[in-house]
Amino acid sequence: MATIELRKVEKKFGDSHAVKPLDLTIGDGEFVVLLGPSGCGKTTTLRMISGLETVTTGTILLNGKEVTWNHPSERDMAFVFQFYALYSHLSVRQNIAFPLQAQGMKRVDIDRRVKEVVDILRIPHLLRSRPGKLSGGDQQRVALARALVRRPSAFLMDEPLGALDAELRESMRAEIKNLHIAQHATTVYVTHDQVEAMAMGDRIVVMSKAEVQQVGTPMEVYYNPSNLFVARFIGSPGMNLVKGRVSRESVIIGDCGKSPLPAGWNASLARSLDGLDEVLMGFRPEAARVSANGPFGGEVYSTDMHGAYTVLHVRICGDEIVHIRSDRQTSYPMGTPVRFDLDPDMVRFFDPRTEAAIRREAT
Amino acid sequence: MSRFELQHITRRFPTVTALDDVSFSFADGEFFVLLGPTGAGKTTTLRIIAGLEKQDGGSILLDGQNIDSHTPAERDVAFVFQQYSLYPTMTVYDNLAFPLRSPMRKTPEPEIKKKVEDAAEKLRITQLLKRKTAQLSGGEMQRVAIGRAIVREPRLFLMDEPLSNLDAKLREALRVELKHLQKTQGSTTLFVTHDQIEALTMADRIAVLNEGRIVQQGTPDDIYDKPGTTFVAQLVGTPKINLLQAARQDGTVRVADSGLSVPAPKLPLPASFLLGIRPEDIRPDPKGAFTAKVVLIEPLGVETILHLRSGSLPIVGLVPGMAAQKTGEEIRFDIVQEKLHYFGTDGMRIVGDAL
Repeated sequence: MATIELRKVEKKFGDSHAVKPLDLTIGDGEFVVLLGPSGCGKTTTLRMISGLETVTTGTILLNGKEVTWNHPSERDMAFVFQFYALYSHLSVRQNIAFPLQAQGMKRVDIDRRVKEVVDILRIPHLLRSRPGKLSGGDQQRVALARALVRRPSAFLMDEPLGALDAELRESMRAEIKNLHIAQHATTVYVTHDQVEAMAMGDRIVVMSKAEVQQVGTPMEVYYNPSNLFVARFIGSPGMNLVKGRVSRESVIIGDCGKSPLPAGWNASLARSLDGLDEVLMGFRPEAARVSANGPFGGEVYSTDMHGAYTVLHVRICGDEIVHIRSDRQTSYPMGTPVRFDLDPDMVRFFDPRTEAAIRREAT
Repeated sequence: MSRFELQHITRRFPTVTALDDVSFSFADGEFFVLLGPTGAGKTTTLRIIAGLEKQDGGSILLDGQNIDSHTPAERDVAFVFQQYSLYPTMTVYDNLAFPLRSPMRKTPEPEIKKKVEDAAEKLRITQLLKRKTAQLSGGEMQRVAIGRAIVREPRLFLMDEPLSNLDAKLREALRVELKHLQKTQGSTTLFVTHDQIEALTMADRIAVLNEGRIVQQGTPDDIYDKPGTTFVAQLVGTPKINLLQAARQDGTVRVADSGLSVPAPKLPLPASFLLGIRPEDIRPDPKGAFTAKVVLIEPLGVETILHLRSGSLPIVGLVPGMAAQKTGEEIRFDIVQEKLHYFGTDGMRIVGDAL
């Protein structure tokens, strides 16, 4: 078991930053997800934790002891990759036993440990198979078993589900989370898929352009994104962000509507915007509700049936499209005028100059 | 007006039958989606319609006329692929103009200019017209590829997984754009995908293809609400539908390994069958008739996936927003009974006798 601490950890390739100075403490037994688009620095961060990549500056601590310059094998962390990296000429059993044999463990102990992990992953029937004959999901289970059998202090996972098809990804997601709940091993998990991050993480580190944008629980990054990047990146579709103007009493969205300013925002908006009245108003698709008397209006641009629900894409103020989640009861042909209102508790504001969220005063 | 009709199309390769008696038709202005897993025969179907490949049996009709002997050019269809296949050294403008400048068309330049600018505006790429395509992002390149198909004003658009190389956010945005464009242009489109979300969200009608056969055809509502087989039921919807072993006992449907039971519907149910429950039709309710233990919670923000265990039976529920439930907790829930699905052990939907 392990706590991992990164202090001002930075990675530069030449003059360009792969990871800007980053502080992060990962608690014992915590499942932390590094989330961001490709090139954001998440994999480099993971590789620095593992020791596969050196840091340019900064310190990495494992259980309070510095390991910044320790060899990967001295850090006792197990890596699971997107590509399973199994030995194709060895059986599943030999693949899983491999790290223990490398340690020179006794045969009986190896057998016991292998049996333990294949039971946990429900793959005892595969022990004699060759990896090449297995499905993608089973290969990934074998790779997980090989990581688990070492009883490492932490698991580092780099897009382990990235190569699987959507359906399998979904079920393996739950399997890995269950495994984590049962084992409670410290896990750092890298993905570009916000659904995976939300579903699995105790906390999510959202990264973009080599920089941490926000660290928070799934609830925090979803409901209170720290800036426009996080607001757009989390959620499918992301948060609606529309240009507006605010006064003491109201928020006005172009020529398509005006509503009272939700409670608790007046002072912080005035302070943050400092005389500027332009603001970006954000709301999640489920925070909007179609209502004949709603303060905002537009026309239906397109509608999507998702099975359990419908998403309305509504064009407002001429050129902005907002997404509204709706039930499937009513149909909305293209061009239909609609009005909608917003759940005042779920309205957020962002400063258009800095792109940062404006925080509502505590109530 | 163009109406395409495939009649009993069969295509055999030495070791497999790629298409086995495939029949469907789509009308002018329709957005028709072929949905199926890899290897189902989707791309082969597209290639046969385009005339790039010859079927071994069956015919293709265009407005009632057999076009089996027509060349690809005579069929006047435009392809959009997953790979953009643009000319990297040409500007966006020249890429869009390319099909119009072909020796067969020889469109006058002022007319080309008008068509290119129209298409660019519809696809919101006007600002890119002077750029070389090599400098564009994936999403921009795919817009250009679609634009190049649009300028030709073909009779039919054939789209082969055009969005699958894009990242999730772009795919989402282009899906909306593409659908809006198709509806405003009224262009006839046959769109192939393995992604059920693309099919449900974009299609006027869907044909589900599996192992070279059409399994079901219908509107997205039909496919989702009345899946004809367990294959279709599991193909559409995330999380996947719960398919539970059940038996009929004295007017009651009892689910194996759990306390779940519902009044038997007016259907010709065999002694044992499969009961299908979509995750969103599991409704937590303190006064609910059933109990389950919460095994795992996956909060997605807009909704939460609940992995439950009722008796020894795993079931998956989907609830709006961030769930109040906790892992390990016992909860009560109800099932939306009018939305249940019944399948025979052969995988076919059990439907009532026509009265």
